[in-house]
Amino acid sequence: MNKLGRRKLKNFLALSISSLCAAAGLAILFIILYDVLKEGLKSFSIHLFISDPAPPNRGLSGGLKGAFLGQGLLTLAATVVGVPLGVLGGTFLAEYGRNSRFCRFLSRLCDMAVSIPSIVIGTFVYAILVLPLGGFNGWAGSTALAIIILPVVIRTTEEMMTMVPWTLREAAFALGAPYHKVITSIVWRASISGIFTGILLAIARIAGETAPLLFTSFNSNYFRLSFNEAVPSLTVSIYQYAASPYEEWISLAWAAALVVTILVLILNIIGRVLIKIRIGG
Amino acid sequence: MDSRDKTTDLLVVNNLNFYYGNNLALSDVSMPVKKNCITSLIGPSGCGKTTLLRCFNRMHDLYPKNRYEGQIVFDGHNILDKSQDLIKLRGRIGMVFQKPTPFPMSIFDNIAYGLRLNDISNKSVLADKVEKALKQAALWEEVKDRLKQNAAGLSGGQQQRLSIARTLAVDPEVILLDESTSALDPVSTQKIEDLLAELKYEVTIIAVTHNMQQAARISDFTALMYIGKLVEFDETETIFTKPANKMTEQYVTGRFG
Ligand SMILES: Nc1ncnc2c1ncn2[C@@H]1O[C@H](COP(=O)(O)OP(=O)(O)OP(=O)(O)O)[C@@H](O)[C@H]1O
Ligand SMILES: [Mg+2]
Repeated sequence: MNKLGRRKLKNFLALSISSLCAAAGLAILFIILYDVLKEGLKSFSIHLFISDPAPPNRGLSGGLKGAFLGQGLLTLAATVVGVPLGVLGGTFLAEYGRNSRFCRFLSRLCDMAVSIPSIVIGTFVYAILVLPLGGFNGWAGSTALAIIILPVVIRTTEEMMTMVPWTLREAAFALGAPYHKVITSIVWRASISGIFTGILLAIARIAGETAPLLFTSFNSNYFRLSFNEAVPSLTVSIYQYAASPYEEWISLAWAAALVVTILVLILNIIGRVLIKIRIGG
Repeated sequence: MDSRDKTTDLLVVNNLNFYYGNNLALSDVSMPVKKNCITSLIGPSGCGKTTLLRCFNRMHDLYPKNRYEGQIVFDGHNILDKSQDLIKLRGRIGMVFQKPTPFPMSIFDNIAYGLRLNDISNKSVLADKVEKALKQAALWEEVKDRLKQNAAGLSGGQQQRLSIARTLAVDPEVILLDESTSALDPVSTQKIEDLLAELKYEVTIIAVTHNMQQAARISDFTALMYIGKLVEFDETETIFTKPANKMTEQYVTGRFG
């Protein structure tokens, strides 16, 4: 009885401590979201999306038009390069390289690359694409983002494809299908929703990044649709506006933060819903 | 009347050894496979029936360290040769697995898969061949109104008949069946057996089965295996009525071990 009582006490303690921690984490998250929502809505207006930045304290309603466009294009460029490369790389690891020790090593390496702090990638790209080219530029920014997204996409693709049972591939081989057709028409088809979900989550991750852009494409007030110079960035703008002493800029930063949060949230929710659908069906 | 000539060897297995890595799984197997006949492979679990069956379409090549020794002669040359074109071979020797393996696509596309591999893309030709294969596999009536639906929505038995139809659609010369009716209900099994009885006039069938009655019912020849070796190969009637080997007699009468 005594033993049982102690066990029940321990159980109770463990349960309450972990619940408390979970509640604390959630509380902090909601405080952040609440703050972003409250502060962000204050200066949230259409000007945010359609106006160029304005100097503070003149009563002008400035916006971050270029920053939205720039951030979007940087993310898009990184996605366009990183996703196909990542899917092909992941496919190679899952299929052609599945029996090779070297490939298993590469896949472990990708796991490590996923957890490299993004600022390290930013400084690396600074060294290879900013210094030699003589200044901040959009190519460097999208390269940094592509480097971040690449290992994530490789690993997701590899994992999703590995989950496709071999009997399915065998059935296609038994019909006389060559390996590349087995991959494209059977394995990809069977794992497409998982790979797609992983890609969405990976895009969500780079869309809200600041650190890798600080040293690469940095920021600019105007977007001249050229990647050969500094490119306006929403996240870097938020960083700069929030650190400025001007009331207007700070509240604009809140509004922009709200938009980024919502966008990333939407991407994540779509991703999760897709996961649910896939597991459910 | 049975109009088949049961004397032509379509495939001849000569002194076949097979290794999974260092494990010898088949040792010194030699037997003929007669054209337009059904050959049953029987034997206790783990004796190497699946292993032998998968030699005929070189399925083992998908995994590293698997190794063949000896010969399987098909059309005058050894299909175990390194130079054998596996894609061609698998087009001529089809296989149906124990568990149904519907591809993640529509019922129609499942059947058309192998046809499209052979560059058949004419819509009406495809539709005709799909219909014919589904009819042969006794599935047409059940699916004709939902060919566009995903094959995953079929029942297990229907999925297995789908796998059979998919294999038939490409007109193979040989069909390998690995306990392909073991997951089916008696009605579906009967349909498949009827199908095989018709098919044997056009194709050659090698079927692994655990069901002695089935082997006796459907096959012309039977091979009994035990621990990687061929114990006895003969006409089915001989194997089941007056086998040469004591072990065969015990096995087919269910007094084994
Ligand atoms: N992939 C593999 N790697 C190593 N050994 C294997 C492999 N597959 C089968 N074996 C071994 O080879 C032998 C023959 O197996 P096989 O699957 O051919 O038997 P089977 O006669 O088909 O049995 P069952 O009736 O249970 O299907 C067994 O001893 C098995 O353990
Ligand atoms: Mg088997």
